[in-house]
Amino acid sequence: MNNKGVDQSKRQFLTSALTVVGAVGTGYLAVPFLAQMQPSAKAMAAGAPVEVDISKMEPGQLIRVAWRGKPVWILNRTPQVLETLKTLDSELRDPLSQESIQPESSKNPARSIKPEVFVAVGLCTHLGCSPTFRPEIAPTDLGDKWHGGFFCPCHGSWFDLAGRVYRGVPAPTNLEIPPYRYITDTQLIIGESAEEASA
Amino acid sequence: MKPSRITECNEWILARFPLTKLWNEHMTHYYAPKNFNFWYFFGSLALLVLVNQILTGIFLTMNYKPDAKLAFDSVEYIMRDVNWGWLIRYMHSTGSSAFFIVVYLHMFRGLLYGSFKHPRELVWIFGMLLFVALMAEAFMGYLLPWGQMSYWGAQVIISLFSAIPVIGDDLSLWVRGDYVVSDATLNRFFAFHVIAVPLALVMLVFLHIVALHEVGSNNPDGIEIKDSKDPWGHPVDGIPFHPYYTVKDLVGVGVFMLFFATVIFYMPEMGGYFLEHANFIPADPMKTPEHIAPVWYFTPFYAILRAIPDKFAGVIGMGGAIVVLFLLPWLDRSPVKSIRYRGGIYKKALLLFVISFLALGYLGTQPATPTATIFARIFTAIYFGFFLLMPLYTRWEKTKPVPKRLTPVHSLEEQLPALIEEITVLKPASTEIGHNAFKGSSFTRQPNPEGIRNVISRFVKKAIGSLD
Repeated sequence: MNNKGVDQSKRQFLTSALTVVGAVGTGYLAVPFLAQMQPSAKAMAAGAPVEVDISKMEPGQLIRVAWRGKPVWILNRTPQVLETLKTLDSELRDPLSQESIQPESSKNPARSIKPEVFVAVGLCTHLGCSPTFRPEIAPTDLGDKWHGGFFCPCHGSWFDLAGRVYRGVPAPTNLEIPPYRYITDTQLIIGESAEEASA
Repeated sequence: MKPSRITECNEWILARFPLTKLWNEHMTHYYAPKNFNFWYFFGSLALLVLVNQILTGIFLTMNYKPDAKLAFDSVEYIMRDVNWGWLIRYMHSTGSSAFFIVVYLHMFRGLLYGSFKHPRELVWIFGMLLFVALMAEAFMGYLLPWGQMSYWGAQVIISLFSAIPVIGDDLSLWVRGDYVVSDATLNRFFAFHVIAVPLALVMLVFLHIVALHEVGSNNPDGIEIKDSKDPWGHPVDGIPFHPYYTVKDLVGVGVFMLFFATVIFYMPEMGGYFLEHANFIPADPMKTPEHIAPVWYFTPFYAILRAIPDKFAGVIGMGGAIVVLFLLPWLDRSPVKSIRYRGGIYKKALLLFVISFLALGYLGTQPATPTATIFARIFTAIYFGFFLLMPLYTRWEKTKPVPKRLTPVHSLEEQLPALIEEITVLKPASTEIGHNAFKGSSFTRQPNPEGIRNVISRFVKKAIGSLD
């Protein structure tokens, strides 16, 4: 083939231009395929709030409800537990919940609207296992430093009974508190925050 | 004479497709070093297991339902009601563990004989990509039975992505397709497991072999057979892959199948290592099993993840343990390939690495107690030390002179008679059994304690000496 008299720079420009246009087109074409892997409209709509009746809860009892497919814990805390929580700050990574996820109404030392009723998403902030409820103090397998709390069996993270994470464990932040509010004194609604309701 | 119909048919095809050329290039005229040993079985065995996984997988999909409500029961249905379903499923589940055993041994061969070194860097890179694709394939396949371990294993591994700063949470949401592991996740993992990743695996196997056949196979002596050729241009130390190694590999296949069938028929769960006990309980998103551990082939990396007390650093450590393997061809600065001629320092480092890999694998199956965590940290340090200090210690290494030609292999038939001679002693047979039918056998061989001691002490001395 004879390339004499061919404007090489023009040919180069056209090749580059076509490559760029082709790449942009491929990029646009990739969008629907990548976006279809996002949660579908149905999955997004499934996050409806859940009502929970707590009138029959005994002191110290924990119940689990499903909200958005996640386990949500409701724990009735005794006055002794609330006293213990106040003494733990030095062992915790984020005792004031500065870096953790919770609605404004639960951003307090007990991490709840009413101190005795604790609500949290029961998934470890490390890698999403559901920690086990271990309210007893200093059991043999966990040792003397255990003041009652939640223990993650997967990677050994420790949380106290306000869902606050201890130092030196893999979980980076406190357990997440979902938005919730009281309809009556004994009825909770999980998935709607107190702030939204009052606004 | 008129050519026969078959010859005509052959010619018709050969004029349109280079069948003979391909066969010659990759089989009868592909010259492989003549001294391949035990370690060279595992490449062809990996191919065999891949075929097993694809075939059994196709038949499993005929009865499996990728639906969170139906998946667990459909696996039980395959196990109980489908004709021979139990066999096909056990072939598939045992096959996945066999795949990793074979691949780990295949990779260890590379470390022994320097098969990753120049000019085989790309063979190694394609192999590592295969390893990563295989891990993805195994991980996604493990979700499909929708048992407790499937569910929580997937929950943990997908959450690893959320440790990445800024985009992490959106990325793990995108991978799951829902706020938790759910039907959407199961369905897409099924799609990846049965079509996307297998296609990638097959393509990578093709690239791995094309790259290998371009540069030629390495060997236990770690020298290039292409450097000494006969007048016809064939490597003097090479033998055609077919029939020599196809036949050798067939023996390997036979022995492998013996072990494989034993596991399938007598211990398909392998005491909870191949199929974990918690996976016989349907997935429950409300409750994590008391003790979760990945399947055995992921446990070394899982132990590294747990050993590091920080979420992001843990994920980096786990990923780094695999990434560092990709860099191996450039970390190793030794001019010598094979462990036979390398200095003692590499032998000791490799020994430490193997110990730490096995120990991490064991620790990954155990609960994370404080003592176990300390050991996991020590072994994690050794694991990374092997790779990251390699540019230093391989430079100091005192290597031995490398021969120009392959060293002869002493076959078992040559070695065995002398060994038997040494560990036994000829004694006259006692008179009670004197009326033996064989007249010449009035002497019998009996164990010779002194000879056995000599052989053992020689073996130990040789083993210790070979570390230098």
